[in-house]
Amino acid sequence: MTVQLIAMQLFSGLALGAVLIMVALGLSIIFGMLGIVNFAHGALFMVGAYAGLYVAGLTGSFWWALLIAPVMIGLFGMLIERFLIRPLYGRSPDDPLLLTFGLGYVLVEAVRILFGTDGIPFSTPAALRGVVNLGIGFFPLYRLFVIGVVVAVLLLLWIGLEKTKFGLIVRAGSADPLIMRVLGVDISRLWLVVFGIGVGITALGGVLAAPMRNVSPEMGTLVLAEAFVVTVIGGMGSLPGAVIAGLIVGVSVSMTSLFAPEMATIVMFALMALILLVRPNGLYGRAAPGL
Amino acid sequence: MSVIRNAELVPAPARRSFAALFSNVSRWRVPLSILALCILPWVLPSQALAVNVLIYGLVAVGYNLLFGYTGLLSFGHAAFFGAGAYATGIAIGAFGVHWFIAMLIGVLVSGLLATVMGMLAIRTRGIYFSMVTLALAQLVYYAALQASSWTGGENGLRGFTVSTLHLPGFSVNFLDPLVKYYAIMIVVAGALWFVSRVLNSPFGAVIEAIRENETRARACGYDVERTKLLSFILSGILCGLAGTLSAMHLSIVPLDSLHYHTSGLIVMMTLLGGAGSFFGPFIGALAFLSMEDIFSLWTSNWQLIVGVIFILFVLYLPKGIWGTLISWGKSR
Repeated sequence: MTVQLIAMQLFSGLALGAVLIMVALGLSIIFGMLGIVNFAHGALFMVGAYAGLYVAGLTGSFWWALLIAPVMIGLFGMLIERFLIRPLYGRSPDDPLLLTFGLGYVLVEAVRILFGTDGIPFSTPAALRGVVNLGIGFFPLYRLFVIGVVVAVLLLLWIGLEKTKFGLIVRAGSADPLIMRVLGVDISRLWLVVFGIGVGITALGGVLAAPMRNVSPEMGTLVLAEAFVVTVIGGMGSLPGAVIAGLIVGVSVSMTSLFAPEMATIVMFALMALILLVRPNGLYGRAAPGL
Repeated sequence: MSVIRNAELVPAPARRSFAALFSNVSRWRVPLSILALCILPWVLPSQALAVNVLIYGLVAVGYNLLFGYTGLLSFGHAAFFGAGAYATGIAIGAFGVHWFIAMLIGVLVSGLLATVMGMLAIRTRGIYFSMVTLALAQLVYYAALQASSWTGGENGLRGFTVSTLHLPGFSVNFLDPLVKYYAIMIVVAGALWFVSRVLNSPFGAVIEAIRENETRARACGYDVERTKLLSFILSGILCGLAGTLSAMHLSIVPLDSLHYHTSGLIVMMTLLGGAGSFFGPFIGALAFLSMEDIFSLWTSNWQLIVGVIFILFVLYLPKGIWGTLISWGKSR
């Protein structure tokens, strides 16, 4: 057990955490704005990976898949918000949750019909194969790329939310939708866009994760639970919380798989239970609305 | 003139009879359910389906105590169902325990698990609760997957069979499908009577008060956290009991019984039938399993149809089949 090995594992954890951050961010953005938990989030992550597979098959290029698939699924997300979730505003907060759960069920089955029930391998693009010498050891180039993309998305999101007028409206709308409506902002259009962005980010996470995990209709279930763990640890609706918790979870999972592999799948849930005991609203969380 | 008066008079007796009907149904809910369960194997296409309705109906009834009556949407009840099943299976298979003791162990283990999970989950509120219960149930799922020397891992738990139920004085042939159905039904009937008593007790009133307005219930001096926890544990125990019955019925415990999809199944059944009503969960289990039975003959992708039907119910009939019937009957 050398220091080098630990450092490498730490880096793997960052790459793992990067994907978790994408999923948790999408979940958190939607919750922060619309106040609903999207239980179809894992399924949309999976649909994103399949859309990436499909686009890559059509165009023969991973880069187009990375660009087009999230936009496609984001638009699909807007349709979901418009026709399925919008009728539920003003009802119990459990209703959108139940609806998106049913939707996830339908999406998994639809993908099974379209692409088959077996997992499909998603090959790493040629330009991103191989390893890089980081000074402490050799690290897969693709994982480095994933970390880079997630950092770029986070920067874009930060600029979009903090430096633009749209971001200002989004933040204000998340703080008090009623006042925004009084001020003449079309809040339902805003919600539509925010839902689309949240879903698109998740789909991007799905495309990014595809070469690291096998693409299968069931891949979303684990991701959904992981995203919940990250958002519960970080605090629902908090973007910095999602980032920090994503990294914490990613690194602790990869560290556990080094020292105690049989505990690797369990450690994140144990971590969540621990956080719940100390801080029921998560690291950066505010009290959940509803009830 | 007389025509109009007649037209006005017609609905009046109908209204009275509907209200009377529903209040009678509600008063005799336990005997009526048992009567319905008695004839179930004779009206359903297969006895296997009837036993499934019994077991999943009991799961849904237990779940309904928490979701329908206390207003807490848990997505982790597969953990209790599975824990009860695994504990019973291990007790019989590895330790050769008498079936009755094994059932008690199953119920006890699921009750303990519900206490631990409940104490963690109750700390959170609203939407968090659903996410935390889901995540904790995943923890149980992966723990069972890892502890394969005890649970059989991915292959599920095998190697235990209950062929005869030995009771003091006589024994029951548990291999005869019909005998098995009625043996399980007796346990389910007992559980239904218990749930009915709980709902009629002051405790039943308090959990409904918490569902309607938690702040007000707290202001009235009720210990909301303890009541929620108690409701969580009771609900977990009932699901665990269904799990022990499922283990004895199938003689295997599939790993899937702990899976997130089983939790989802429980939620869907309860909502389809009508959360927060006494008959709802059983009607939901019956509707869901019958749909599975019918649609899986046509297509292997029956889950797609069931999922769409579930979405339509959330959108247009959130009270479920029985809940909608009740409000329709009351409005007439």
